[in-house]
Amino acid sequence: MGSLRIENVQKSFGKVEVLKGIDLAVEDGEFVVFVGPSGCGKSTLLRVIAGLEDATSGKVLIDGVNVVATPPAKRGIAMVFQTYALYPHLTVRDNMGLGLKQAGTPAAEIDKRIGIASSMLSLEPYLKRRPAELSGGQRQRVAIGRAVVREPKLFLFDEPLSNLDAALRVNTRLEIAQLHRRLKATMIYVTHDQVEAMTLADKIVVLNAGKIEQVGAPMELYNNPANEFVAGFIGSPKMNFVDGARLGEAQAKTIGVRPEHLSVSATSGAWKGTVVHAEHLGADTNLYLDCEKAGLVTARIFGVYNAEPGATLYATPDPTKTYRFDAEGRTIR
Amino acid sequence: MSRATSSPARLIGAHAVLIAYTVIALFPVLLIVMNSFKARNAIFRSPLTPPTPETFDPVGYTTVMAQGDFLLYFQNSLVVTVGSLFFVILFGAMAAFALSEYRFRGNTLTGLYLALGIMIPIRLGTVAILQLMVASGLVNTLTALILVYTAQGLPLCIFILSEFMKTVSDDLKNAGRIDGLSEYRIFFRLVLPLVRPAIATVAVFTMIPIWNDLWFPLILAPSEGTKTVTLGAQIFIGQFVTNWNAVLAALSLAILPVLVLYLIFSRQLIRGITSGAVK
Repeated sequence: MGSLRIENVQKSFGKVEVLKGIDLAVEDGEFVVFVGPSGCGKSTLLRVIAGLEDATSGKVLIDGVNVVATPPAKRGIAMVFQTYALYPHLTVRDNMGLGLKQAGTPAAEIDKRIGIASSMLSLEPYLKRRPAELSGGQRQRVAIGRAVVREPKLFLFDEPLSNLDAALRVNTRLEIAQLHRRLKATMIYVTHDQVEAMTLADKIVVLNAGKIEQVGAPMELYNNPANEFVAGFIGSPKMNFVDGARLGEAQAKTIGVRPEHLSVSATSGAWKGTVVHAEHLGADTNLYLDCEKAGLVTARIFGVYNAEPGATLYATPDPTKTYRFDAEGRTIR
Repeated sequence: MSRATSSPARLIGAHAVLIAYTVIALFPVLLIVMNSFKARNAIFRSPLTPPTPETFDPVGYTTVMAQGDFLLYFQNSLVVTVGSLFFVILFGAMAAFALSEYRFRGNTLTGLYLALGIMIPIRLGTVAILQLMVASGLVNTLTALILVYTAQGLPLCIFILSEFMKTVSDDLKNAGRIDGLSEYRIFFRLVLPLVRPAIATVAVFTMIPIWNDLWFPLILAPSEGTKTVTLGAQIFIGQFVTNWNAVLAALSLAILPVLVLYLIFSRQLIRGITSGAVK
């Protein structure tokens, strides 16, 4: 059980407003990802939910109860940190059991829960070790295990994969996704990496400058971005933005086309341009074209495409998949 | 040392400088210890020669042991030093934790106020301190010394430790809070072990001036029962006659306890257990 409602939460540090009135509802069992550029307030929002930071105003309700005045340990939450934050002087077993011990759980129950969590995360061989004797990936698994044993209403993840190398990041991401499926628990996950957001989330919350830009399922954000910011933030490589006036579009300030929705031809097309750089990734090729009409655009072509820098190519946007934005950056539907 | 970064000439040069410094630093100590084992005549005739069978004379040590109650002086010095050290570290670390961890109105101002003591010598307040001790009936007690030395040691301790405590990972402290640890447990169990090397540094810097101090024992606790070693050694220095054998012997003996304390703390300086807590 674990639903979360946030009502008009504001937070300022001195004169700096970090959160400018956040409203959000998270249903029981949902995996919600907060995503946004650094400094957008996503970590602060998570810390407000955890109770590590007091909101300047507003309400945080967990299972319908306002927890604004409840200390973190009594909120029924567990948190996984970017830097693992394991207790250096305790063994893996004691690291996982400390929270339960503090809450006065009987020893037999603690052992049982540690047993379940450690088998789930394949940590059994390491239970007697100290954090210093573990690798980065193992440490993060212990940190996740420490959260699992508490059987919280809410799991909070604060950029848990940022300190891991690329290969481990993919593995651990998979483990977190499986964990969510098994526990069916409510999870809130903060990241600046939109790939993590797209792959893990039931629902993505895009934050920018202390405000929610859009909330929705990953594909909804990809297909129907509410504004220019979301359109640019979701999708990799980033969406191309072209000044509307240059393309002779009267109502739209900006036109957006995703790199994968540009088709390229050597003979004819809408935008003539020269190849500035080509990135060959095997499965796909990213071409950077300097177009006469549209400026520098990125085109993503599936499979191998041989293009030398300096060559002339024509790029054509898919007309059904272009986005138009007004002067305020909102999508024109 | 890798061969790529060192040439024999640089190696010799560096070691020559280090050895020269070691000799300069150790020379006075060696001189004291050496002469403390010599007869009075030999001390003045050839102060730089080590004791030979002819000049060897432990009279200094026998005098020290026989005259005055040196065991008690040692005990007093130890009580005062260890006691002050304990309170300096305890209160200093707590204040440093509060300054580095909590945001509150006047945080910077409080920090500056507490650091003021580094710049203003406590001896300027001697008269007021003496009046205070007389009024509270603490003259000629070790408590008076411990109180004064605690005040003397706190500013530097707070200054150094608050800088170090800022480097302790916030995530670790927050993990403790979520696991329901009290702020005291977070402080004692998580933060203090991680700043142990800094505490050892502070301990060494605090301990040595206290052990060597003559000023406050002389003014606040000169009675026979509360004399410290440094003050006790002064009985051999007279206006007209000075018993150099005894003075040198007393000073040599006074080096030992502080050396032991230093060795204990310097082990902590080297040992760090931070690794593995956070990346």
